[in-house]
Amino acid sequence: MSRISKAFENKKAFIAFVTGGDPDIETTEALIPQMAAAGADLIEIGIPFSDPIAEGVVIQEADVRALQSGTTTDKLFDMVKRLREKTDVPMVFMTYVNPIYTYGTEKFTRKCAECGIDGIIVPDVPFEEREEVSGACAAAGIELISMIAPTSKERIDMIARQAKGFLYCVSSLGVTGVRSKITTDIGAMVRQVKAVSDIPCAIGFGIATPEQAQEMASHSDGVIVGSAIVKLIAKYGRDCVKPVCDYVKEMKAAVVVAEGKTA
Amino acid sequence: MEGSKGRYGLYGGQYIPETLMPAVQELEEAYEKYKNDAEFQRELKELMEKYAGRPSLLYYAEKMTKDLGGAKVYLKREDLNHTGSHKINNVLGQVLLAKKMGKTRVIAETGAGQHGVATATAAALMGMECEIFMGKEDTDRQALNCYRMELLGAKVHPVTSGTMTLKDAVNETMREWTSRMDDTLYVLGSVMGPHPFPMIVRDFQKVIGQEIKEQLMAAEGKLPDAVIACVGGGSNAMGAFYEFIPDTSVRLIGCEAAGLGVDNPKNAATIANGSVGIFHGMKSLFCQDEYGQIAPVYSISAGLDYPGIGPEHANLAETGRAQYVPITDDEAVEAFEYLSRMEGIIPAIESAHAIAYAKKLAPSMGKDQIIVVNISGRGDKDVAAIARYRGVEIFD
Repeated sequence: MSRISKAFENKKAFIAFVTGGDPDIETTEALIPQMAAAGADLIEIGIPFSDPIAEGVVIQEADVRALQSGTTTDKLFDMVKRLREKTDVPMVFMTYVNPIYTYGTEKFTRKCAECGIDGIIVPDVPFEEREEVSGACAAAGIELISMIAPTSKERIDMIARQAKGFLYCVSSLGVTGVRSKITTDIGAMVRQVKAVSDIPCAIGFGIATPEQAQEMASHSDGVIVGSAIVKLIAKYGRDCVKPVCDYVKEMKAAVVVAEGKTA
Repeated sequence: MEGSKGRYGLYGGQYIPETLMPAVQELEEAYEKYKNDAEFQRELKELMEKYAGRPSLLYYAEKMTKDLGGAKVYLKREDLNHTGSHKINNVLGQVLLAKKMGKTRVIAETGAGQHGVATATAAALMGMECEIFMGKEDTDRQALNCYRMELLGAKVHPVTSGTMTLKDAVNETMREWTSRMDDTLYVLGSVMGPHPFPMIVRDFQKVIGQEIKEQLMAAEGKLPDAVIACVGGGSNAMGAFYEFIPDTSVRLIGCEAAGLGVDNPKNAATIANGSVGIFHGMKSLFCQDEYGQIAPVYSISAGLDYPGIGPEHANLAETGRAQYVPITDDEAVEAFEYLSRMEGIIPAIESAHAIAYAKKLAPSMGKDQIIVVNISGRGDKDVAAIARYRGVEIFD
């Protein structure tokens, strides 16, 4: 069983996102094992990009901070390699297709596998363009995580049938960022996936509070939280480990509550 | 690649978030339906002729020709179109299409403000809500165009992320479209972005080259030897070139913004300095670093200040069918002043890049040869900036 599958085995997963190198590599490196210890079942590490078109302001600013501190793809590979010696937590990279393509797609996926990255999420590679990266992922033995959105509707079947690792279900229209309310019928979206595939479904975009996490987890196999964590990192900088881990504990507890209440 | 659409050789495609895929597919379906629809084409033709003022003139620049002492120089006067640039051709097509699709709101990016003004104009005409995203740097450089858009009823959003120029305006318009697609069409301003935009924008702009061919045949009875146009994303150049692609005797020359020079980091010459990448929905050439971070580019011209180029241009460059040359700020400003004094035509600083190359090329050609330069827009918007460049402070 892959590390990603284990994150969903007999439980609902809490997935934590951080931008790699925000505010610097040392802080990210300290944060990841601590978040795992605090209950994060899978860690999504953003490779910062100059022009993150799917991100709201919070993660855009994290990308700027990370790039300004000198973060590069190679430095993040080195960081993951060091982390892999200490932790078994599943780790995936989230980045845009240009940093992957420019690095050399085969070289990138091979380095992912060597360093202990389990999968990649590439928000600007839709189903129709997946061959840009899918062959290289398969050859390297890492998972290409697919995404569905509230607009996907009849596209869900074809995407779900091909999905590997877990399916990233985008909760709302628009870009990443905290939302006071999620109006999409997440239950219906997940049911449509489950009709054609048993791939685990994790809900992301806009989830910030334990109440939202519990609600979203009750309809799915896990929740992904990014901007709310990145906000804490922006606020506390190098001293973010404790406040972030306290937050992760609280969110994980809310997800655990949902395990008993699954619809 | 199986399933991948809108390819020009290696380039093109649809690299956008899943959320937007149904929106671009809806646009593609609508375009395929209406492009051969007689009623749509009749309405568009009427708008082009009775509203935009097409056909635009093909003007023989006799004084310039004599001054340069070589090839005959003709100017395609897209600056005379309503709103003062070629941008109107595309927006009349796209906004009419949006209306047929049942949309009530259009959004667009703009660099120099020409596409923003054109979109706001078409939206006013067709009764659509309109919001324009423009880099903060450019709202400062082009304050007049900003006010013009507001006058036309559009809401202008200054974009403060990234380099605060055209690339960031595109980012922000894409983000906005991701949040609202039901009633909204993104009216993209150049032959770039995800399929079907490069194709649609080219189709609405190809009238430029069709008219050049027809008008030059009437005036000279032959094809031009060279067609020259400036290139940012590349819509006026693609519009001027497209008709001539099969006519291999016609040299097609795109002029890129070299800013302070191709060897200086402050430039926007994508073909000269860029490498293959995937950004803004397309695989094409981009100015970027070794890790694929998009480079902050620079040009005096807000309309050419873009780190990429349309995928069809990337392919024309690769196959050698078109040639792309860098023009510096200094050369463009000098050409801006030259055309003003020589022919009494103040070109857009973007179009001045094409004039600058025509000045280099014409003397090396025979007197029986013909160059057509596309004057993509008029220069009123640039007067204050050029004055500043020359050390004169005036209020615009």
